[in-house]
Amino acid sequence: MSRGPRVAVLVFPGTWSDRDFAHVATLVGWEARMVWHTDEDLGDADAVVLPGGFAHGDHLRTGAIARFSPVMRAVESFAAAGGPVLGSCNGFQILAEAGILPGVLLRNDHLEFRCDWQPLRVERASGPWLGGLTPGETIRLPISHGEGRYYADATVLDELEAAGRVVLRYADEDGGVTADANPNGSLRSIAGITNERGNVLGLMPHPERAAEAEVGGTDGLRILRGLDAWLVAQPAAAERRL
Amino acid sequence: MRWLAEVHVRLRPGIADPEGQTIAGGLRSLGFDGVADVRAGKLLRLVFEADDRAAAEAAVREMCARLLANPVMETADWELRAEETAVLGVSS
Repeated sequence: MSRGPRVAVLVFPGTWSDRDFAHVATLVGWEARMVWHTDEDLGDADAVVLPGGFAHGDHLRTGAIARFSPVMRAVESFAAAGGPVLGSCNGFQILAEAGILPGVLLRNDHLEFRCDWQPLRVERASGPWLGGLTPGETIRLPISHGEGRYYADATVLDELEAAGRVVLRYADEDGGVTADANPNGSLRSIAGITNERGNVLGLMPHPERAAEAEVGGTDGLRILRGLDAWLVAQPAAAERRL
Repeated sequence: MRWLAEVHVRLRPGIADPEGQTIAGGLRSLGFDGVADVRAGKLLRLVFEADDRAAAEAAVREMCARLLANPVMETADWELRAEETAVLGVSS
């Protein structure tokens, strides 16, 4: 392997975590490339990140305008082809609006913006992002959102659960999934889900903000490092990187 | 022809609406004890050109379906009228 993963970091007007991802890229050996929302292709990206923020001011609904950005057509194709996609916070909201992930993120049940460290129970540890974690373990990542209440109808929720696509749940320090530990009223305490194939992860927490011990934790680094190991195991992706 | 559509975007029944609940609490604290429920929504006022009513109706329907409401959580309904004097941003 001669180089690190090439990661397209999408930038919409109002995105705010793009620079954090670019900074963290240097820690995990990514070649991060900022891709403006009007660009129509992702170049030779090995993976795509949709960072947090307030794309287009979150007007109308979170992600509602961003999902029609030209770059999202490329993201849809990339995701459909099995390419690794990570949407954090506003990025998750955009993926949900685009229908790449099911459900929506509604206003927090207490109507407050919540910025805090949040324990999460890892329900499933596979795929390009979570392969380095252990099912059942409790990790800590920052959350920072006013609209993170995951909602989908009961049928969709049951399908997600049955398929093991609920990968992260809000929990207490001991990994207990309780109403008190749920920071926003998400149904079934859902903090992160994947698409059917498992290559697209959407989560409200911010892995890029937990990548250095100096800022309080490194569990986010473990998630972002998962990409490299996953790519090495994909023959087509590995070949592109030689 | 110029048309005015007032689009109401509502959360689907059964989805918790903490904003509506908070408003209901505010009303009750003012003494409006009879307030049983409040649901918050959005009112969007669209002024646009279309050849006739059928075309205007079709345009509003498509705007709602594609952008104005997310069917996972919302419904949209609207009132439509010909608006000779409607000007964007100015209530008539």
